[in-house]
Amino acid sequence: MTAPFTTVMAGAAAPGQPTSPKNVPLRGGEPNPSAEALRAQFAGAIARVDVVCGETSVIVDRAQLLDIVRWLHDDAGQQYDYLSDVTAVEYRDPERPLEVVWHLRSLPYRRFLRLKVLLERGSELSVPSVWPVYKGADWLERECYDMFGIRFDGHPDLRRILMWEGYKEGHPLRKDFPVRGRFSRSEQLRQALSANPEARYSMEELSIAQAFEDLPDDMRRRLAAGGTVGE
Amino acid sequence: MGLSRHDADRAEVVHGGDPWFATRMDFLVNWSRANSLWPMPFGTACCAIEFMASAANKYDLARFGMERMSFSPRQADVLICAGRVPFKLAPVLRRIWQQMMQPKWAISMGACASSGNGIFDNYAVVQGIDTIIPVDVYVPGCPPRPEGLIYGIMLLQKKIMAERSSDQTLRREMEPDPKSQLYLPPPVIDEMSENFGNSVHQKRSGL
Repeated sequence: MTAPFTTVMAGAAAPGQPTSPKNVPLRGGEPNPSAEALRAQFAGAIARVDVVCGETSVIVDRAQLLDIVRWLHDDAGQQYDYLSDVTAVEYRDPERPLEVVWHLRSLPYRRFLRLKVLLERGSELSVPSVWPVYKGADWLERECYDMFGIRFDGHPDLRRILMWEGYKEGHPLRKDFPVRGRFSRSEQLRQALSANPEARYSMEELSIAQAFEDLPDDMRRRLAAGGTVGE
Repeated sequence: MGLSRHDADRAEVVHGGDPWFATRMDFLVNWSRANSLWPMPFGTACCAIEFMASAANKYDLARFGMERMSFSPRQADVLICAGRVPFKLAPVLRRIWQQMMQPKWAISMGACASSGNGIFDNYAVVQGIDTIIPVDVYVPGCPPRPEGLIYGIMLLQKKIMAERSSDQTLRREMEPDPKSQLYLPPPVIDEMSENFGNSVHQKRSGL
């Protein structure tokens, strides 16, 4: 690219390579070049590369996930500088393992890469946290922990984020979770009403918001005594 | 124009035994209350958009003395809960209701706030805010049109106009007392209310 501002069509890997969703096959096709680079760099840790709807999924080894993500972020030929999502998938088929999914985007190269780690049923549901590389993974991983119960080792503050603190019914997006919850309505309501609405804020969140000095005295005392407010 | 004994007797009959002066006083108080309701908007979902449309110039809630949205619960008269309330928001709604001063009323706007709306019959959503706070008027609809909300407000005004200051049960706030003979523990209520409509439907899913 010579001109500082070159218009690149959305979805094109580079100028002059038009791709539109109509031309992309459902399965197969040209994989993201980063997949080959990953194979060369981490030969033993890459289990499989899938190309679905023109998007590349790389199934990687759990132990080397953080190294792979760090390399994708730091390497000059990759520069995946944006983590757009961390989530998990549980299939109805009880034989299929759970998947933890990371969506990475390289803004300089206009690439999209999906990393997956398979977690076998019955094994410990934990993966390394990518928080040391992407600080934005903080709340995404908390949501994934809240909804699926997957632990992210190395996360600085792994608490529930959507359900309230002290929610006792488990992790709602798991397939064994009944859609109306495990408790009766009155018990759910009783537990919800007994929760302290302030209890989900941590000391760090309040200090980041620069609101600590404006808080009432009693709340500041409670914050200074322990990490969280209430409960 | 004197007040005859006959008129006073008739007033007692009509207004349930209240003296004539009290009924006139009630009328004055109720009239001023009903025509200066300050709403506390508790909008959580699409019903709040319709509520905003009701407050905007075409439907114009100011015609009913409600032009002053009170975002402080201590200066509000009527809580309008517009939208679904998740369990995480339940203590917030309860606290806002408790912070409102008497006299206070509540309008449950839309199917979600009134009953959970069926499609939100899941682990996260309160099945009707009447399980948290007392509700005066339910406005059906998903979401209700502004005309619907305004009709609900007019029904509330009608209800306010019928209030009597001699009614001792009117402003009493009750918390359930487990020592009372009338108290039913939550499991008993669950069992009794099992098949009574969507809002208290207690059946577990197949999974």
